[in-house]
This record gives sequence, structure tokens and C-alpha cells, in this order.
Amino acid sequence: MYVDKVLKRFQKPKFAGELKGADAIGEVGNVRCGDIMRIYIKVKAGKIADIRFKTYGCVAAIVSSDYLCEMVKGKTLEEAEKITAQDVVKKIGEIPLVKVHCSVLAQDALKKAIGEYRKKKQI
Amino acid sequence: MKLVYLDNAATTAIDAEVEKFMQKCQLGLYGNASSIHKKGREAKEELEKARKVIAKSIGAKEKEIIFTSGGTEANNFAVKGVAFANKGKGRRIITTKIEHECVLNSCRWLEEQGWKVTYLGVDGKGFVSGKELEKAIRKDTVLVSIIHGNNEIGVIQDLKELHEICKRHDVLFHTDACQSYTKAELKAEWADLITLNAHKIHGPKGVGALYIKERVKISPWQHGGGHERGMRSGTENLAGIAGFAKAVELAVDDKEGKKRMAKLRDCLISELLKIPRTTLNGPRGERRLCNNANVSFAGVEGEGIVAALDAKGVCASTGSACASRSLEPSHVLIALENNPERAHGSVRFTLSRYSTKEEVKYAAKCAGEVVEKLRKISPLESERER
Ligand SMILES: Cc1ncc(COP(=O)(O)O)c(C=O)c1O
Repeated sequence: MYVDKVLKRFQKPKFAGELKGADAIGEVGNVRCGDIMRIYIKVKAGKIADIRFKTYGCVAAIVSSDYLCEMVKGKTLEEAEKITAQDVVKKIGEIPLVKVHCSVLAQDALKKAIGEYRKKKQI
Repeated sequence: MKLVYLDNAATTAIDAEVEKFMQKCQLGLYGNASSIHKKGREAKEELEKARKVIAKSIGAKEKEIIFTSGGTEANNFAVKGVAFANKGKGRRIITTKIEHECVLNSCRWLEEQGWKVTYLGVDGKGFVSGKELEKAIRKDTVLVSIIHGNNEIGVIQDLKELHEICKRHDVLFHTDACQSYTKAELKAEWADLITLNAHKIHGPKGVGALYIKERVKISPWQHGGGHERGMRSGTENLAGIAGFAKAVELAVDDKEGKKRMAKLRDCLISELLKIPRTTLNGPRGERRLCNNANVSFAGVEGEGIVAALDAKGVCASTGSACASRSLEPSHVLIALENNPERAHGSVRFTLSRYSTKEEVKYAAKCAGEVVEKLRKISPLESERER
């Protein structure tokens, strides 16, 4: 079902875990659907200085969370927001069609975290 | 890395002896069993020998066994064939919420054609209630189809009791025994129709049989040259059928096999339950398939566990192999309890006659490691720690 590259990344994600002292957290999804994603961000000078995720879900959900983190780290909030689920899917390469919606969730969680950050800083 | 194959409910490795025998049949017995010449007669003889083995294994008459292309075809044939042949009497069918997809989808298709179908629920361990079955039977009910040994959670239904109820109300009773065949006691007298297949018992894929009790009204589903007493046309897959019979003989001969598997199963279940917040799905003991262990790990999702186990050389599955193609959690787990976390977190390990204690211990150890690793990155779990 999954290609090797995806399975390898699943085994060794680079951004999995909690981020202590995060500036904002965004979470989406629910147990019913079988996917919950939480993104932690630290922001410095308008850029995502650090990022981590915690995901309850399938292989695709975990891998797309991880790739999204990699893609937005070091980017400005505006740049990060512009990254779409399709961009993440492209980066992952091959992903089963029924699993594409998982990468949408990761993006939603990030947007929520950014929104939360802006609300806190009132910007 | 060694491989530990614990997905024998999905399919089994073909037995070397079965494979050798099939090859011999394939090469030597190439005749068409319907032909009158020597090659035809040879093939026919082997075909009838196989029929005898299958019939004897459940205490049926030879003419009550019809070979098919597997469990799926036999189930489709039983459900649709009985429905069509008895539509003069009525168009109502009763089945359960924990059937294999091939029975469920046959029933759903019949619903589209105007039949009424009742899907019985099950209790917390997966048992169908005889009382509820009896309550659901109407005058126009023609068929009850209930799975014998469940492919996901291993629960074994009391066929005798359920069949008695059907008999009292003059309703035909079908059971899908693909998983229980040779692994649990199964008698032809416990049902009117029984589905069997070969690839769950170290036989070839693509071969099965339907037991049809004498005088049961069923219309053929596959029309053609009138093979299998007009019940299932198409030149018989002789090598496959002979391999099926060989596999049955080997399974029946291994008298201690069931006990051995049950012991290993209990060892596996108790090792798995040592992992914190793990629940067993389905019953314990005699009423559970001797090769099935199915547990749910809280806070993690089954597919991830299966993928991580795979990386350690352990083959397991998330409930049903088919389920991994859709996003819906297992319908069987949801029927047990409407608890999505339990359904999403379920993993099934299924043994074979060849499984060893060492394999079972290794699989349980790996499951513990994998679950711990995935829980560390699960947002559900961090909440629980707080
Ligand atoms: C309970 C049950 N019924 C039916 C089937 C379908 O059988 P087959 O694969 O031979 O078509 C299976 C397994 O795949 C099964 O486990």
C-alpha cells in the first residue's frame, strides 16, 4: 500500500514529539475519524523557528505531519500558510488516494496554530 | 531479519505437500472431468475423491458438496441463490452486523433488488442472541446467514442453537465457516448451507466449496455447461480442488493442532494484555477460534502499529485486510461496542499450525515496543498523562 520512502519516514520521523515552550498549538481532527493532529510552533522574528507534531492516525497522517513540519520550518508565517496540502502530497511522492485527506489535516492544524499565535500577539 | 507471519486469517502459506500434489495433478490430470475418455475419467476420479474428503470432514453426503472459486463465491451463491429460489415464499433475510464483506455486500445488493434484510447486532463479546434471532423471524423470512468463526475477533457462534431456531420456523440456515473449518467442530447437520474454503488451511487460493443439504431450494448462480450437478457451471479447477482436499486431510490428521494453537493463542493474548491499556476483543476459551488474538491498544491507530510491526518482521493486520483499503474503522469492532478509539486501535494476530512459542513471544514483545513508541507521539496519550 505504501512505498518504501513513506514507510522509512514513518519509522524515523524528524519532527515527532512535544515542543516545550511552544508559542502556539493547533489541533484538529477527532477520534471518530481516526485522525488527530497537533502542531506546536515557536516563532522568532515572524518566522517559524521550531516546530513539532503529535499525531494519532495512520501512516499517511504521521508522515504528512512530518513532511509539513520540514517544509515550513524557517519560513515566515505568511509563507507557511501558503503551503497547501497538495504541496505536501507532492513532497511525499506517492501516497494512496484514499489517504490524501490526511495531509489536509496537517495543514489545518498548522493554520490553527498560526491563528492562535496571532491572536495571542494580537497581530 | 526473520519473518514472523501472524496473519493466517487473511491467508496461509501453502503446505509443501499440498503444492507438490497439486503440481502432480496439474501436469498429469489435465483432462476435463466431463470428458468420457481416459484423461477425463482420471480427472473425474480425482475430483470425486476430493469431494469425498470434504464431505466426510463435516459429515455430509458427497452430492451435497459443490466446488466453487472460493469463500466469496460460495457465500454469494448461498445468499443470492437461496433468495432467488425462494422468493415465492418471501423476500426477507436475516444476517448479522459481523459478517464478512462478501455476505454483507450480497445482502446489500439484494436490498437494492427489493429484498428486506435484518442485520442482527451482537453482545460485547460478539455473540448473536438466539432470542433476538427468533424475534426477527417473520412469515416471509427465507434465509438466516450467520458466520461461524468470525474472521476479525474469532468469536464462534453456537450453530446448533441457531439452526434449531431456524428449523422451528422453517427458515433455511447458512453459515460462513471459512475461518472455523478444521479449527472448530463443524457438522453438516448444524446448517442447511455451509461455506468452506482452502486458503485459510494451507490450501490453494481460489478454491472453496458450498455444502448444500439435500432438498434445499437454491438456484444456480453461475450458468453454463451444467457442471457440479448443474449448480455451478465451469470446468472444475481440478488441481485446486485436489489441493483443497489434501489440505483438509493434513489438517484433520494433525489431531493436536487445535490444542496446540489454542495454547499458543492464550500465551499470545496474555503477553499482549501486559501492554498497558490494552483490551481483548472477543471472548476467551472454547468459544474463540484457536488461532485468533485481537486486541485494541488505547491511544494509537492500528495501521501504524501494523506498519511498525512489519518493519520488525512481524506480519499482523488491522482487523480485516479489506478494511485497510477504506477509512472506516472495522464494522465488526463497531458492532461489539460503538467506540471508535477501540475500533481504530485494533490489531489482529492469527496463528497457524506451524506457529511457535518463540514467534508469539517475539510478536508480543515487538507490539509492546511499537505501541510505546507510537503513544509517545499521540496527542490522545499526552492528554491522559496530564
Ligand atoms: C469469514 C470469511 N468468509 C469469506 C472469505 C472469502 O473467501 P475467499 O478469499 O476464498 O473468497 C474470507 C476470507 O477471505 C473469510 O475470512
